[in-house]
Amino acid sequence: MSHPAGTTELTTSLTDDEVLLIRRDFPALNQQVNGHELVYLDSGATSQKPFSVLDAERSFYEHDNSAVHRGAHTLAANATELFENARSTVARFVGARENEIIWTSNATEGLNLVAYGFSNASVGRGGADATRFVLKAGDEILTTEGEHHANLVPWQELAARTGATLRYIPVNDDGTLRMDEAERLITDRTRIVTFTHVSNVTGVINPVETLVHLAHAVGAFVVLDACQSAPHRALDLAALDVDFAVFSGHKMLAPTGIGVLYGRAELLDALPPFLTGGSMITTVTMESSGYLPAPQRFEAGTQKVSQAIALAAAVDYLTAIGMDRIERWEAELGARLAEGFASLPGVRVLGPAADVHRAGLASVDVEGVHAHDVGQFLDDRGIAVRVGHHCAQPLHRRFGVTASTRASAYLYNTTSDVDAAVEAMGSVRSFFGVN
Amino acid sequence: MASGDLAGMYQQVILEHSREKHGFGLQPEADASNHQLNPTCGDELTMQLHLDGNVVRSLTWEGAGCSISMASASLLHDLAPGLTVDEMHARIDLFRELMHSKGAGIEDDEPLGDAVVLEGVSKYMARVKCAMLAWVALEADLAQVAA
Repeated sequence: MSHPAGTTELTTSLTDDEVLLIRRDFPALNQQVNGHELVYLDSGATSQKPFSVLDAERSFYEHDNSAVHRGAHTLAANATELFENARSTVARFVGARENEIIWTSNATEGLNLVAYGFSNASVGRGGADATRFVLKAGDEILTTEGEHHANLVPWQELAARTGATLRYIPVNDDGTLRMDEAERLITDRTRIVTFTHVSNVTGVINPVETLVHLAHAVGAFVVLDACQSAPHRALDLAALDVDFAVFSGHKMLAPTGIGVLYGRAELLDALPPFLTGGSMITTVTMESSGYLPAPQRFEAGTQKVSQAIALAAAVDYLTAIGMDRIERWEAELGARLAEGFASLPGVRVLGPAADVHRAGLASVDVEGVHAHDVGQFLDDRGIAVRVGHHCAQPLHRRFGVTASTRASAYLYNTTSDVDAAVEAMGSVRSFFGVN
Repeated sequence: MASGDLAGMYQQVILEHSREKHGFGLQPEADASNHQLNPTCGDELTMQLHLDGNVVRSLTWEGAGCSISMASASLLHDLAPGLTVDEMHARIDLFRELMHSKGAGIEDDEPLGDAVVLEGVSKYMARVKCAMLAWVALEADLAQVAA
């Protein structure tokens, strides 16, 4: 949990011994791949799941399975209670109130929900309350060069639908944002500023407070992609003062199919809905319908009940270990990865220098060897990494490569996992006959 | 040490082709040209077909991608000259069959010449697309000239 403002409490990191105990909770980590103990360094793509999360989902179906928010019977009441308790758990985890947490299928859907809310307001939906979301020609949406496609493509589409202009903050050679450009680009025309908290490619941690300050000074909304931060560090969205934020359950020990959109309550109650239908309405006639306030306003149709309950179990698991400790441990692993890779001839670490603070991941370009071949070589030693453009083509283009190899750690990785990846990476070029 | 499977996929001849890239370099003109992109990894390749009547005179290509996709284009370049359009189609079908054989191989792989060295790729589902990239582009070229 985060500490009260003003107090300085020393947080310890994890140790390899503790991590080895943590690993026992993750059945998928306990297996051999290609004759080697699995070294799973692809948590930036998706995380493995502890027994408590698997049990929570199974237990729901074994004992409480029922439709939520409808039906008067006991199981329906139990299911609804579990579902809404899950919302409270997740809300507390990110410093939000229950009515500020919308369940989505994933972070991508959350970003589309916000974009379509603006879009719908721009064609007159949502009445007077929604005029603040209206976009028109001359308005600007500002994203960054370092985004995952999920935080780029929906805004390209929103700009195309509304006539607004999409601009972007370029990145420096080390993957950090050009803050001089951010200051220049955030103007009275800017209506939305959207950026990732932590880069899924470089591990750069963006200056949320500064960007929020710049955006709010001109009355722009801030959308935060927290996919690579919510799983890995304590997050207080209210304190960060962002207007909207998204993250995905499967990257934080929960199942696929569940994500979260956070929005300030006042905004969510005014934003026109995206998906419409059952469960989100007040009165329906053949001509028109009224809509519930958030969160139900944005939760049309059958919900992701077991997944939400499992996400709450994941949050409980992470909280019990302590997000500050997890963040510290991953910073150590990230530094070890970057330093190890950077020490290898012909291996270039994308993003900040190895001695600069980064999240627990590092992506590399291996001179003369394509990322797919690097990934295949590592897989042969049981080491799972991500290869390709990691859904960030513009950022790779900026670095002059089409693809890279990413090792991304989580709370269940040891320093020996990192060392195994570094050692294997050191053998790649000789195997492929490059120097 | 690399496992047998890995060494089987990355045979020396494949690594050599991936570096030498026979036929690399596009010509100003061609009888057909097709661009293929593998959006999952960003690999891309343009394949040009040059014909003498009904017979493949040569292939030229450019692309960027993994060693398997590059070697496969290079091997295809070496295989194609002198084949009729129909024979070329048959070779492409045969190569696809080999790639989908999940490591089992196919009965008569002789017509594929040196390209059979790519058989090891068929054990790795995720890499079959890499090996197929040049062949799919050539297939599209053949469809263009037939139209």
